[in-house]
Amino acid sequence: MVEKLTAALAAVKDPEIDSISIVELGMVENIQFVDGEAIVKLLPTFIGCPALDIIRQRVEQVLSDLEGVEQVTVEFIHHPPWTSDRITEQGREKLKQFGIAPPPKQTGPNGEWQVECPYCQSSYTLMENIFGPTACRSIFYCKQCKNPFEALKPISIWM
Amino acid sequence: MIVTKLEELHQLPEYKEALVELLFQLADDDFIIAYRGSEWLGLAPHIEEDVAFSSITQDTMGHAAMYYQLLEDIGMGRADDLAHGRGANERRNAILLEEVNGPGHYLYEPQYDWAFAVVRNYFYTQAKKVRIDSLKNCSYEPLAQVAVKVNMELYYHLMHWRTWFVQLVNAGGEARERMRKAVEKVFDDFAGVLSLGEKGEKMVECGLIDSEEVLKARWLQAVKPVFEQTNLELPSEFHMKRGNGRNGEHTADLIEALATLSEVYRMDPLAIW
Repeated sequence: MVEKLTAALAAVKDPEIDSISIVELGMVENIQFVDGEAIVKLLPTFIGCPALDIIRQRVEQVLSDLEGVEQVTVEFIHHPPWTSDRITEQGREKLKQFGIAPPPKQTGPNGEWQVECPYCQSSYTLMENIFGPTACRSIFYCKQCKNPFEALKPISIWM
Repeated sequence: MIVTKLEELHQLPEYKEALVELLFQLADDDFIIAYRGSEWLGLAPHIEEDVAFSSITQDTMGHAAMYYQLLEDIGMGRADDLAHGRGANERRNAILLEEVNGPGHYLYEPQYDWAFAVVRNYFYTQAKKVRIDSLKNCSYEPLAQVAVKVNMELYYHLMHWRTWFVQLVNAGGEARERMRKAVEKVFDDFAGVLSLGEKGEKMVECGLIDSEEVLKARWLQAVKPVFEQTNLELPSEFHMKRGNGRNGEHTADLIEALATLSEVYRMDPLAIW
């Protein structure tokens, strides 16, 4: 049953990046099924993310449509903390398709990022603003293909 | 001693009292500085800053919401009510953080002071970083876990405000002069940010957070290289010229801010958002 629930959660997309699911984002920490009740523990990417309530509603809706599920409980927890390396390989590909560079896996000695353009893969890019249209994104410009693009911020435990 | 569960907490009345006090300080600080930040929306020096500052403000309001949620979990009332429904004398935020952004009003003729915004936010964010680092070892486990998460977001906030601070002070001319004045003004009330209030000693005894002295020393250590780099003098004493917000002392600025921000809430406190 847990497998069935997990598969269903793949249909819950991030309301602000609708190519990627909450599973691919690494937000799903734990799924349990006890006596008809599905209990899902999710990790918020950013604490103040306004999409959390929408995500909660969508999880409740998708899971309660499944046969045998009588009740759905969605809980946001902060331990372990969500970090950007939880995003799956498939998730990283889907971010690129949406025009968002996946978060850098490593940062330089002074914390600088190497971000590749999601359109032309060039590393000849420039950070315009560390903060972007949503809490989790930064704004970049590709000097190779002259496209502005966004990148997911690296979020890591060492910070 | 580590407290992980609510049942354990409810058997420790003194511990709980100190924890509640600390959570209100953390929540109210972030709440009111985020409100002041939101008043800057559309008024920041350039559009990139508008994006950055509003993003930081959104994160900060998220941190406040989470502390109010921890208070709700403990049984102190609904998070929404704690954020919007409490009067000025019940608030525990530092007075420095409630001060208006400058003369005027955000809807008409705002003459906000960017130097004050940069200095207040840089000093506060550095103080928050010092507190959060200490809270990672907090004896109340749910708060320690939250601190780990807040810390990751804070990294970007601190980098942002430090960059502004160094650039404006080192720019010389009017910028340096205005920044110097803002630094002086912020230090007049900055002791209030580093204060843990009347129950501070109890908090330390319970292993919730390090003492005021330790926090202050760490703050000084963190800003020292920045002051050297900008050739500014670091005073050894900070003040609380307008009183200690941790003990419920506040100014008319807070009363007005609360009236404005809770206007919609008060129309129907039971509304579902």
